This record gives sequence, C-alpha cells and structure tokens, in this order.
Amino acid sequence: MKDMQHTARTVIEAKGVNLVFETGDGPVQALKDVNLAVQKGDFVSFIGPSGCGKTTLLRAIAALEHPTGGSLTVNGMTPEEARKKRAYGYVFQAAGLYPWRTIARNVSLPLEIMGFSKSEQKERVERVLALVELSGFGNKFPWQLSGGMQQRASIARALAFDADILLMDEPFGALDEIVRDRLNEEVLKLWARTGKTIGFVTHSIPEAVYLSTKIVVMSPRPGRITDVIESPLPRVRPLDIRDSREFIEIAHRVREGLRAGHSDE
Amino acid sequence: MRNAGAILGVLLLILVLWYLGTIWLNAAWVYDQAARAGTEVGWRDLVFGTMAQERPVLPPPHQVLGELWQGVTSYAVTSKKSLVYHGYVTLTATFWGFVLGTGLGIVMAMGIVRSRTLDLGLMPWAIISQTVPIVAIAPMIVVLSNSLGLGDQLGVSNRLVSKTIIAAYLSYFPVLVGMIKGLRSPDPMQLDLLHTYGASVGQGFAKLRLPASVPYLFASLKVGIAASLVGAIVGELPTGAVEGLGARMLVGSQFGSPVMVWAALFAAAILAGVLILVVRAIESVVLQGMGVRS
Repeated sequence: MKDMQHTARTVIEAKGVNLVFETGDGPVQALKDVNLAVQKGDFVSFIGPSGCGKTTLLRAIAALEHPTGGSLTVNGMTPEEARKKRAYGYVFQAAGLYPWRTIARNVSLPLEIMGFSKSEQKERVERVLALVELSGFGNKFPWQLSGGMQQRASIARALAFDADILLMDEPFGALDEIVRDRLNEEVLKLWARTGKTIGFVTHSIPEAVYLSTKIVVMSPRPGRITDVIESPLPRVRPLDIRDSREFIEIAHRVREGLRAGHSDE
Repeated sequence: MRNAGAILGVLLLILVLWYLGTIWLNAAWVYDQAARAGTEVGWRDLVFGTMAQERPVLPPPHQVLGELWQGVTSYAVTSKKSLVYHGYVTLTATFWGFVLGTGLGIVMAMGIVRSRTLDLGLMPWAIISQTVPIVAIAPMIVVLSNSLGLGDQLGVSNRLVSKTIIAAYLSYFPVLVGMIKGLRSPDPMQLDLLHTYGASVGQGFAKLRLPASVPYLFASLKVGIAASLVGAIVGELPTGAVEGLGARMLVGSQFGSPVMVWAALFAAAILAGVLILVVRAIESVVLQGMGVRS
C-alpha cells in the first residue's frame, strides 16, 4: 500500500468552504474559508476545542451537513453523489448498535440496505469481524460486549461495504485511556492492512499525533483551520514512538496551534 | 415472600372494609323489616340480615363470588344464563376491536411520524375523539352500523360490528400515542447512520423505527386491551341488552338484581386481568427474541 503515497490522488478537496447555521439567536459561522486537500491513503486528524467545526467539517464531507459556500468534493464528486457511490463509512462517537440485532446482524445492516445477497452478506460480515478481531462474537447481542468491543463492531459495520474512506467522529471519546490506546493501535493496523483514507475527529493531542499522517488544527468562532501539519513519523508506529523526540515536537506544534487559535478571541 | 404478605394484607383490608360497608349500607332494610314486624334488632340479626338479601344495596363478597361461581359452573357454556357464554361474546368484540384499534393506531402513528401535514391534520382530531364521552357516541355507532348493514356484508351480526367499532375507538388512542413516541425514539445519530447508507424512508421504518418502537407498543397494548374491553361492554349497553357482560349488567340493574351486576362486573375485571397477562406473556417472548437482557 505504500506506493499509494507516490501516486497521490486527491480524494477529499475543500476550497473556500463556508457553512453557516441559522439558529434562533441568528446565524452561526460553523466553518469559515476552509481549504484542505486529502490524498488517498492519508490518515487525517481534525483536532481543536469544541465549537471549532471539526465535527461539522467531517459531517459535511459525509453529506450530513451542506456547506453554504465554496466547493467540497469527494472523489471528484459532490459529497451527496459520493455517498450514493458508497464512498465512505461513518463511525460515530457512540457505537450505536441496534440492541435487538446480534453483532453479525448489526454489521450486515448496511449490506441489507444496499441490497447485497445473503451469501455475500455472510461472507463480508465474517471478513470484517475478523478484521476488527471480533470473530466468534457474531452471535452475541451488543449488551454482552464491552464498550471497546462495541465500538470495534461499529467500525466493522462501517467497513462492511468496502468504502474507500472511513470517517470517524471521536470514535473512542467515550472509552477509557487503556482501551483507547489499544484501539488506536488496532486502527493503525487496520489502516495499514486496508489502505483506506481515514478522517478522524479527536480532541486528544497524543491520539492525533500518534495516528495521523496529516493533522488539521482548527479553532472556534468562526470554525476555521489554523494549521495543517504533515507528520514526518513513519507509517508503521509502535506505541513507544510516543516517547520519541519527533513525536514530542509535533505534539508541541499542535499545542501551539491550538493556543494560537484561542488567543485571538 | 414479603411481597405476598403485602398483597394478602391489602386484600384482607379490602374484604374487611367491604363487609363493614355491606352491614352499614344494607342495615336500613333490616331495620325496616323489624319495624314492620315490631321486633327489636340485635347486632346478630343485623349482621346476618345484611349478608343474604335478595336486593342488597351492596352485596357482600361471598354473595358476589357465589353468583359468579354459579354463573360460570351451573349452566352449559352455550346457555344464555352462563357467564362463560356472555364473557365469550364480550371477548369476541374485545378481540376484534383490539385488533382493529391496534392496526389503526400503528398506521396512523406511522403516517404522523412520516408527514408533518398528517401530524398537524390528524393529531388534534385524535385527541378530540377521546374527549367525547363514549356513552354518548356508542348509541350512534350502533344505529349507524345497523343501518349500513356492515355486519350482513361481513357475515357477522351487526351487533358485533358496532361493538368492535366502539372497542377500536377506545383502544386505538393509547397505541397511537405510544407508537408515535416509539417511532420517534431513535436518536439523530441512528438516523444519520441510515442516511450515510442511503436508506429509503421505508427501510428506515422497517430496520430502525419499527423495531425501536416495540417496547413502547407493548406498554400501549396493555392499556389498549383494557380500553377495548371497556368499549365492548359499553357497546353492549345500548344494543338491546341481549348478550355479553354489558348486557348482564344492564339486565341486573333493570330487574333490580345488584348481585347479578356485581358478578358481571367481577367477570369483566377477571377477564381484563387475564387479557393483560396474555399481552404481557407475548411481550416477554417477543422482547426476549429481540435480545433484551432478561
């Protein structure tokens, strides 16, 4: 998958994107003049304090919000068209598994909706459950699994229909530090194995630096990008890379970026 | 079993109060009789005199239970004197009314959740429908369904049709309210997730909204089945009082037999209890099948 870096193809491109929410208290500028290009195979983190528009940007890429200005394309199409082409899988902060379905049937939910055949559903469910190391848990109901396992199941669900782009909105925000570390490692492995492009919203600096090839630092009121950091870290990252000089330097730059965004309020 | 103790305690209290009430309310008749005969009334005469009257103001529990027992066991189940027969008649109307009302409630709720226009256009009428006293509207439904002859077309009695409509009229509302809440219970994240899959509105209902509403539905069904029974009984009152528990109550009050009214009342209450137990049993089977933690 490494050669993909060389054949860099832009999959997500934002040019001067603005997004204004009309609220009862008047318009709120959630995104202002956002410019960004994400190459195929990138792992992009969006980091910033609440209200900086990181989730809004991810949702706009997924066609869950609609920019009020500028242009936003996914695989050269509008986000809406890209959605219809099954360009992305989305993972929310909560696993959001249906309590009345087993894990396997939860994972096959998108496949049912998209009209995959029964045999193909079965085959794909087995494959993605193995990918997130949940083989053998297919017949369990969600409440029988830990929070971390539930979130892995929801990642499997997002992977089931072979989207090229995986969008994750603070997927591990509700989990404890130890589980989170392990899942971060697993996401990196998954990314290496599948070569997907990943968009990842977080408010944890170590998480962003550990995972990403590109870190997008954002700040609020109005939501905007203040810094884009291309990470020099290698693609294969053991957990102890977090003690390396480079890691600490990048984390420092992210922190500075966040602080700068705050100081001009 | 501390719970059993509490339940028995309350039951005992009710029985004691009931017996005291019986003596107090039926005493006038005993004093009347004594005054005519010119005799004195001792406390013993008072207690025994109030326990076995033919037309008591308040029949004592054992008299009601005796009548109930006799009504259930002493006659063939096809006899017009059998409470089983009358119970069956009422149960039939209750069942069809419940089925019709539940179906109507679910369909209306789906329409209201789906469309803002239906929400605004239908919901006020649904609420108004429940403020109209059912005893006022029941005779009109009877007259209407008789003159339309719906029963003849369906091959059943017009009486059953009118009772079914009245039962449905009462039972659709709790189902409607519960289902609206249930269908709207999935959070925005769940709906966004379906949106990212490009799910149609129909798929949203089939995969998410309907399964999510099942617990709400069962809560409503328990209210709905009881309401349906009330509707069936009310529907029997103006139908010429021929058959059904409602008819027994009417006959009992017209012919001055409170014991008969009370026995029919108890039969109805027991029937309601059994129906709710049945719904609850179905609920536990269904919810277990849906993976609810037991």
